[in-house]
Amino acid sequence: MIKKPSAILQCEGITVSFDGFKAIQGMHLSLERSELRFLIGPNGAGKTTMLDVICGKTKPTSGKVVYNGIDGAGPIEITRKKEHQIAELGIGRKFQAPSVFPTLTVFENLEIAMRQRRSVFSTLFARMSAEDRERIDMQLSLIGLQNKASWRAGGLSHGEKQWLEIGIMLMQEPGLLLLDEPVAGMTDKETNKTGELLKEIVKSRTVVVVEHDMEFVRNFASKVTVMHEGRLLKEGTMDEVQSDDRVAEVYLGKRRDADVSRSTA
Amino acid sequence: MQSNQWTAARIGTLIGYAAASAALFAAPLYLSDFRLNLLAKFLAFAIVALGLDLIWGYTGILSLGHGVFFGLGGYAMAMYLKLKASGGHMPDFMDWSGLTALPWFWKPFESLGFAFAAGLLIPGLLALFLGYVTFRNRIRGVYFTILTQALVIITTTLLIGQQAYTGGTNGLTGFTKIAGYSISNPDTKQMLYWITAAFLIVAFALCRFLVKSRFGKVLRAIRDGENRVRFIGYNPAIYQMTAFAISGALAGLAGMLFVLHVGIISPSMLGIVPSIEMVLWVAIGGRGTMIGAVLGAVLMNWGKSEISAQYPDAWLFVMGALFVVVVVFLPNGVAGLLGRLSFIKRRVTDHDKEAVRNPAV
Repeated sequence: MIKKPSAILQCEGITVSFDGFKAIQGMHLSLERSELRFLIGPNGAGKTTMLDVICGKTKPTSGKVVYNGIDGAGPIEITRKKEHQIAELGIGRKFQAPSVFPTLTVFENLEIAMRQRRSVFSTLFARMSAEDRERIDMQLSLIGLQNKASWRAGGLSHGEKQWLEIGIMLMQEPGLLLLDEPVAGMTDKETNKTGELLKEIVKSRTVVVVEHDMEFVRNFASKVTVMHEGRLLKEGTMDEVQSDDRVAEVYLGKRRDADVSRSTA
Repeated sequence: MQSNQWTAARIGTLIGYAAASAALFAAPLYLSDFRLNLLAKFLAFAIVALGLDLIWGYTGILSLGHGVFFGLGGYAMAMYLKLKASGGHMPDFMDWSGLTALPWFWKPFESLGFAFAAGLLIPGLLALFLGYVTFRNRIRGVYFTILTQALVIITTTLLIGQQAYTGGTNGLTGFTKIAGYSISNPDTKQMLYWITAAFLIVAFALCRFLVKSRFGKVLRAIRDGENRVRFIGYNPAIYQMTAFAISGALAGLAGMLFVLHVGIISPSMLGIVPSIEMVLWVAIGGRGTMIGAVLGAVLMNWGKSEISAQYPDAWLFVMGALFVVVVVFLPNGVAGLLGRLSFIKRRVTDHDKEAVRNPAV
């Protein structure tokens, strides 16, 4: 592989096998700084597993992940690092099901997520400075929850929880954000709002979004990576990807198969 | 956000705590010596309950092994008392078991200071070690709980088996003096009561500080979603270990105070049943609130001693029934019930606060 010096993340030859089943087979993924990348593919293509590998939830059987998101630190291999260490390096992960802390208030959710020293000692004696409060208030208005700061997160609607989780991640000030289907289960209105939020977020950081909603993906003029059966199938703009025969075959294949079978029947 | 608008509520809480502390310290004025001694024992139990609430109510880890930490504290204090009672000689039970010299690990317990430090540190460090081997390997939930039960069985078996060193099934008893004062003298007992009440208040203040700090918020976050905590950059195992060690040390402190009031410690006092009972105090009092844990421990033990005095066999049924009632109707225990009574009022004030904060809405 050719090393790209500007790449913030470089995944090389990632293979993941679960009890012999190969969820990912020799996948390559390289992300530029401040890039918005969509990861698409049919069910079981290995998209979520790929995010799991990057954030350390799943350890790859082979291959390596190199992160270069910290100024002056140079590339760091994170393949074998623990989840919390990877998070500390600046890789944030949003899961498909909204996962916020239901018994903490919205404000407290953001407070503990805020970029800060994570040791027991530091959190024991942490004090809320005016600056911290300002950061949290800014985040609250960005995700549109400023009126619900004192609510318990468990009482928020599905969409609000998703935004809060995005807020939790942004408070960590990550260099790289991994979002797994951020608009799944949202109403059209909520989806639009999330789209706006995403456009705001990508201005200053690299974001990878796993998405099923093609309409949503089309809103963004950005690069798309198509995965199929654990492999890289195609990379390019949405138009390039859509005009690709192999992509059409695996992604929209069923419809075409059906057409073919209907025409031959 | 919090500091200014909460002042009224804060002053109310402070007055409440001050009144409760005053009532505690004035107890010798309105309780008989016998009742005072009982209350002292219950206050010691309340300290275990605080520790259990920290790890269970706030961090979501159920320990059915706190009897061990309680017992280790109790034994540390009992070893000191036993040596004092033996007046520089070997304790009587060692003689009967055929030992000819005081075992080496007994010797430092001649000092009250050492015994006190050991009663805090040994349970604390044991909890830290147990936490290290389990939480770091992500053993949790019911598996962790079963391990704590195993710890209880190992400890009681060891204590009973090593009779020559531990006093076996009988445990340690027959104490006479502490720091030169007769332990059965009513004045000493009153002083020990005050010491216990003071330790309870210190323990309560410590736990409140812990749960109100950002550390406490991370503990609750771990209870809500351990993985999410990991993915925002905290190492949950370190937090769980810290909370568990503090919880163990508090149980040790309680055990030491318990021995001072009761005058005996034996393996049956730290077995499976007492360990489970401790959890019930917290469940019935209300887990996730510090005051609930204290109320649970005191009320349950008070009920136990009252009811057992009248109907010796009835207590277990009452406790079982209480537990069922709490699980089905009062998931937040007695403290939750109290909270519910003031719910309507609080709801109104919350609403007003919202309106003040966001006048435009």
